[in-house]
Amino acid sequence: MLRVVKSKLKTFVGGIHPKDDGKSFTAGKKVVPASLPNKAYLFLNQHIGKPAQPIVQKGDTVKKGQLIAESQGFISANVHASISGKVVDIAPWPHPIAGVKLPAIIIERAEDDSWVEDIAAIPDIDHNISEAEIMHRIKSAGIVGLGGATFPTHVKLAPPKDKKIDMVVVNGAECEPYLTCDHRLMLENPYEIIQGLKWFMKCIGCNSAHIGIEGNKKDAYLLIKDTVSKESAIKVDLVEVKYPQGAEHQIIKALLGREFKPRQLPLEVGVTVINVSTAFAIYEAVKYGRPLIQRIITVSGNGIENPQNFFVRLGTPVKQLLEDAKVTGDINKIIFGGPMMGIAQGDIETAVTVKGIGGIIALRKARKWNSSACIRCGRCIDSCPYGLNPSELSVLSEAKNFDLMLESNVLECKECGCCSYICPSKRPIVHLIKFAKAEIAKQEVRA
Amino acid sequence: MSTQNQSENNLIVSSSPHIRDFDSISRIMWAVVLSLIPAGIAGVFSFGYYCIYLVFLSCLTAVVTEIFILLLRRQPVVNVIQDGSAVVTGILLAYTLPPGVPWYVIVVGSFFAIAIVKHSFGGLGNNIWNPALAARAFLQVAYPTIMNSDWRVLVKKGMEKFACNIANVDVNGNLIDAVTTATPLTKEVVERTYLLGQLFMGNVPGCIGETSVIALLLGGVYLIYKRCINWYVPACYIGTTFIMARFLPPRIITPWANDSFYHIFAGGLFLGAFFMATDMVTSPLTKKGLVIFSVGAGVLTILIRFYSGYPEGVCYSILLMNTATPLIDRFTKPRLYGTKLKKI
Repeated sequence: MLRVVKSKLKTFVGGIHPKDDGKSFTAGKKVVPASLPNKAYLFLNQHIGKPAQPIVQKGDTVKKGQLIAESQGFISANVHASISGKVVDIAPWPHPIAGVKLPAIIIERAEDDSWVEDIAAIPDIDHNISEAEIMHRIKSAGIVGLGGATFPTHVKLAPPKDKKIDMVVVNGAECEPYLTCDHRLMLENPYEIIQGLKWFMKCIGCNSAHIGIEGNKKDAYLLIKDTVSKESAIKVDLVEVKYPQGAEHQIIKALLGREFKPRQLPLEVGVTVINVSTAFAIYEAVKYGRPLIQRIITVSGNGIENPQNFFVRLGTPVKQLLEDAKVTGDINKIIFGGPMMGIAQGDIETAVTVKGIGGIIALRKARKWNSSACIRCGRCIDSCPYGLNPSELSVLSEAKNFDLMLESNVLECKECGCCSYICPSKRPIVHLIKFAKAEIAKQEVRA
Repeated sequence: MSTQNQSENNLIVSSSPHIRDFDSISRIMWAVVLSLIPAGIAGVFSFGYYCIYLVFLSCLTAVVTEIFILLLRRQPVVNVIQDGSAVVTGILLAYTLPPGVPWYVIVVGSFFAIAIVKHSFGGLGNNIWNPALAARAFLQVAYPTIMNSDWRVLVKKGMEKFACNIANVDVNGNLIDAVTTATPLTKEVVERTYLLGQLFMGNVPGCIGETSVIALLLGGVYLIYKRCINWYVPACYIGTTFIMARFLPPRIITPWANDSFYHIFAGGLFLGAFFMATDMVTSPLTKKGLVIFSVGAGVLTILIRFYSGYPEGVCYSILLMNTATPLIDRFTKPRLYGTKLKKI
């Protein structure tokens, strides 16, 4: 234990860490199932890429785990019914991440909560499953990256021929403040995560993996290390407690020392990254044929009386989760995801859970910040993990000088929010960069 | 541009991130004000209560000018006054002036600092030079006799009733010793007048807030502890001055010419290193840039002290490096992630 504390933790350049990261609210609490929703709203678009195509109609009866929308094309993922019941509508519904109304399949719950017969019939597999079968099960389960980016997992399993993957990096960093869903998962299901990872490695034809866990989760680190003690191919390392340690670029830099451009994929440097939650979903899919219909979501924040980690069926209305966790009446901000990169919701009534959301933060007395002029303190530059000059970019964005912003590599920004967080002038730097990126995209369309 | 909306049901919808660091401009500025208090107290001990009056007048003029200009520019007034940057400029300007300056000099200087140096470039964050130092340089040119040589005249003209250090001025205002003459770095001083201990404590002639090294050090360490300034700016500045003073041959040989400690303790080096060179607005953005900036200022300080007609090394070295800041910024861009380090 002492040795762990003393060792210098691996990390990257830049980044920030909030003094009070809010993790203590839920880090010690076991994952409990949330109550089942009366109506589940399942978007056809729960991932990066093409929306899925519905294969059920209004009025159909569906069972838990039944395929209700098929993936369209390569970068797309299946959607399954998260509860048993009746399809009452297929209609546009406000999407919590896209910010616009997108088509969703709305299912009204029936009393019975049993799996669809197909899944019930799939026997537990032995460990010598073939690559093709693993691939098939992952793809049909509709698994996407659960760290937030929602990149369909089966796409990672089929890298372009000219790229050789020599390392799978497993992201157990969970650097966003407040979120503890991955932490709890690592504590409660270490074996399943490692087994899922091994299947993933087998399928991808890569025989080494490196797991990175943030230093504030030593219990999870020791448990995972213990679980892989007999595997020489899987290394586990503690990484420094710093945001955004869990982002692909940063965790690869920390563990392997490799760098690639922010807009490239990790396979440029021979690496594939999966989240521990994704590894768990792979285990469930391969072992039992269970599709991705639920995930762990941390419900926390100072507006929550009883912060919890919940097993949540996808499409569950947020209002119900907030009631389960006893929300106080006067919250004035609801964030989907963590507080650094999450998306503030305008309406509790319509907001529902989707695959990529690891946390719901409800805040009381959330502040509005008055921004003032940049005083060139340079803190944003020190904190930027991508080597940008956020100070300059924000000033250029205010001046609408998008050409110069392009020259200053504005497109390399991943919008992690470190610069806005640290800014003593409280400048909305990320917002200004997002605005500029949107304007640049518009100009490109016009050109 | 509005970045935050309130939806109908009272939920704030704003861009990420949703949490912010507790640090703010006003917290930094007021910390600077607090850290300057020891030097002010030391100044009052050495030069008399008139100093308080001067500092107060300087701040008042700065704030009033700031309000006036903001109204002219149709900018929000309350927030900008709250941030405390005008008060900091007021204090710093007063600290760089001789203790016997007439009131109108400090009013003109303070007005110049805010109206011309700060707001003609666009206000907070946009000025090229440190307002206090640029105003001091302006006063140096505008009132050379008052600023440079003989302040004894002024002391005789009625400053004596403010002088706390009565031992130096008798009741009739006649000067007893040279406490109110110019800085110990004046080149005409051929004898080594002051001991290092005296310089360290601040019981020597000089400007209001620059003489007491220990008081300045106290404030500077507080700022470093509060993470308002970077430790390496004063360290590089003072360190460079120290080394340069030791090894560079001076033009006029004085008993203290190559005495490094004398050079760093005398004059306004500590005030400049901890409170002026660390001014965020007018110094480079990156750590590398700041090191170049402060080393450059250290080199210039000694070059000016050794080879120019003025003893004003600190003031002009920082102003010159302020001028070079955009250039330094251009050559010390951070390395873009995923790219090789470019060779300059």
